[in-house]
Amino acid sequence: MRITADRINPDELRNELVDAAAGAYVGFEGWIRNHNEGEQVLRLEYEVYEPLALAEGAKVIAEAVEKFPLLHAECVHRSGALDIGECAVWVGVTSAHRDEAFAACRFIIDQVKVRLPIWKKEHYVDGHSGWVNCERCAEHGHTHPEAVSS
Amino acid sequence: MTKNITVRYFAGFREHAGIDKETIAVEASTAADVYKKLQHRHGSAEPLGHCKVAINDQMADWDAAVSDGDTVLLFPPVAGG
Repeated sequence: MRITADRINPDELRNELVDAAAGAYVGFEGWIRNHNEGEQVLRLEYEVYEPLALAEGAKVIAEAVEKFPLLHAECVHRSGALDIGECAVWVGVTSAHRDEAFAACRFIIDQVKVRLPIWKKEHYVDGHSGWVNCERCAEHGHTHPEAVSS
Repeated sequence: MTKNITVRYFAGFREHAGIDKETIAVEASTAADVYKKLQHRHGSAEPLGHCKVAINDQMADWDAAVSDGDTVLLFPPVAGG
């Protein structure tokens, strides 16, 4: 598991997995799209709590290796500001046969999305912004008049 | 019993609190107690089940016990990928 503030290069990452024993490589790239839930997205930022994102990501990969007969599995996630079209996350797995490579790649990306302490703030074309999946967090702070300001 | 707990806020929680951490004296047995006591701070109506917690840099369950001197990390709903 790696976290990087630099642009992800999937071709380079794929080449790190090349193995004569591998009959299958499955790679997944998550890209920044220009819309989400009816909003037009301009750019976004990932906030990553690195110590635990790395630890939890390593756990996810170890679970995949335990669950499926893999040769290699790796995941890289971006942090910081990203533009539309950039690669936000990359997962690559190799195995002797394709079934386990597809399944393991799917397992890793699904777990990474729900378990790692990573947050996504979208900036919209109309000027406002919001934390994804966090409808009742900070943006709605004004609904909590007892809030302490600091 | 009152415990001194350092609380760290992330993403939306941090923005709402206006600070990234603070040490508080709080009556709390579990991580969930800490979350509930600080609702005015992180300003979240998110159910606990949508959020995550870590104690001293280890992912924890909400019913995990907190001790005097612990650091509790409050994670709003995650959105990687």
